[in-house]
Amino acid sequence: MRIPAIFPASRMTPRFANSHYGIGVGLRTPHIGHILEHKPVVSWFEIISENYMVGGGRPLAVLDRILEQYKVVQHGVSLYLGSAEPLQRDHLRRLKSLIRRTGTPWVTDHLCWGSVDGRYTHDLLPMPYTFEAARWTARKIRQAQDYLEVPLAVENVSSYAEFHVSEMTEWEFLNEVVERAGCGVLLDVNNIYVSSRNHGFDPLTYLNAIPPERVAQIHLAGHSKFEKYILDTHDHPVTGPVWKLYQQAIERCGPTPTLLEWDDHIPSFEEVHREALKAQAYLPVAEAAAT
Amino acid sequence: MRLLELQRRMAAALLAPPGKRGRKEAVRLIKPNDRLSASERLAIYRRSYWARLLDSLAEDFPGVTAIAGRRRFRRLAVQYLRDCPSRSFTLRDLGAQLPDWLQRHPEILGAHQDLAVDMARLEWAHIVAFDGAQSPLLDPEHLLEPGPGMRIGLQPYLTLLELAYPVDEVRVALQSDAGQQPARRKAARLANPVFVAVHRSEGTVYYRRLEPEEFHLLQALRRGRAISSAVRFAFRHSRHAPADLPRLLETWFAAWARLGWLTVTSIDRHQV
Repeated sequence: MRIPAIFPASRMTPRFANSHYGIGVGLRTPHIGHILEHKPVVSWFEIISENYMVGGGRPLAVLDRILEQYKVVQHGVSLYLGSAEPLQRDHLRRLKSLIRRTGTPWVTDHLCWGSVDGRYTHDLLPMPYTFEAARWTARKIRQAQDYLEVPLAVENVSSYAEFHVSEMTEWEFLNEVVERAGCGVLLDVNNIYVSSRNHGFDPLTYLNAIPPERVAQIHLAGHSKFEKYILDTHDHPVTGPVWKLYQQAIERCGPTPTLLEWDDHIPSFEEVHREALKAQAYLPVAEAAAT
Repeated sequence: MRLLELQRRMAAALLAPPGKRGRKEAVRLIKPNDRLSASERLAIYRRSYWARLLDSLAEDFPGVTAIAGRRRFRRLAVQYLRDCPSRSFTLRDLGAQLPDWLQRHPEILGAHQDLAVDMARLEWAHIVAFDGAQSPLLDPEHLLEPGPGMRIGLQPYLTLLELAYPVDEVRVALQSDAGQQPARRKAARLANPVFVAVHRSEGTVYYRRLEPEEFHLLQALRRGRAISSAVRFAFRHSRHAPADLPRLLETWFAAWARLGWLTVTSIDRHQV
């Protein structure tokens, strides 16, 4: 009997099934007026799920207008799949309700923790890279994916600290989790670059360790350099080394939905969109690699 | 060390108030590198935590910030977050307990406490009105077959406030002439009890002044009283002549229906 392959982002989605999504842009409040008025041609928008997991009012009204015109993919910041406490049912219920509204083909959140004993830090805190943490996190991802009934992909976070208790590298941990969970990877190449500079590893070693068939989506963003570390600030254009890493990622993974995040000191929509569309230059390479 | 223990200890170090360095715990948990010590690496996260939460509170409560002053608001926000850490996945809920917390701590704002509490209640109501849930509107069919447990209810996003200060005016003025006149001086000059409904219409939040009887009638409806009982309650100390009552009720109910405030609710049959 032939064993079915495990595909990126889920057990349901064949590889490249979503590659037609192309280049997307993160939907941000300062741009909404421009988007609704001018209806720019954009492949898809990524929304922060939590901004729309509300009872009603303007956020949902605006989202419905966006959905009339555009494809939307949901990206979460607070499932805290690595927190040592169970998933919150109310959170999942609200997330699923939003998923039904947007029709997102997959949903993403971070491979991190951020809450403990019911107290929330509202940050994306790095995991201790232990087998216990990998097993626990994978179990929560499977539970979330089963409940939400859409493929789930987890994003590697940028980090500024490593724990003494870690038993493996970050990329080994990521692979351990996604293989156990049967989920996808949202590969943030800026985060790989930031963490590589903060922890002193080769970003290509990280990139080459990620199974390309697991990569459901790629994130791009800018960062800020400080004297002793780099901060993932999402307030600049994408830097040269990150574009280089993106090129190598796309060569490995083939055509993959790619999104630019710009969250602070946000320039005009046209400028953000122009920056995102620079990723198009790498698509022929990706398409050649895929054939 | 197990995952839960590590996260508890890391969170305790992270959430400690600014100024407390937590160096020893950082050394126990976090590896240094060739540029940063363990406590410097922890400090990156601590700065980010406090900046994110304090900025979020200040953004949600610009009126309270104006009354307290920026420095004092920051101090009170640190104390508030220590007493009421976030228990929600969304920063939207961060200030939900601020009005009650300010009420319990008169020592923090002294003579300006009542003013700040009023402003905090208005600003929390503003958040609720912005994105709070909306129930189906009252439909004439509901009135044709009301059933014994049916009551007229109010939209969940609508908040009714009885305020000692006209902070609604101060809050609106802050947006137009921020910094021109201290908010507390302006409010104190205007000190005068008011009744306000904080609601939304087509995505925009509004503050609507209410007459005292109108406020009490809406409150009684929200508490599940039948209409006749609610009307009696609202007008029990009214200055209006009984002959004015039909006209007032017609005007108010028409306005509330037009604004989409009325909905249908049911109460326990045993209470009927």
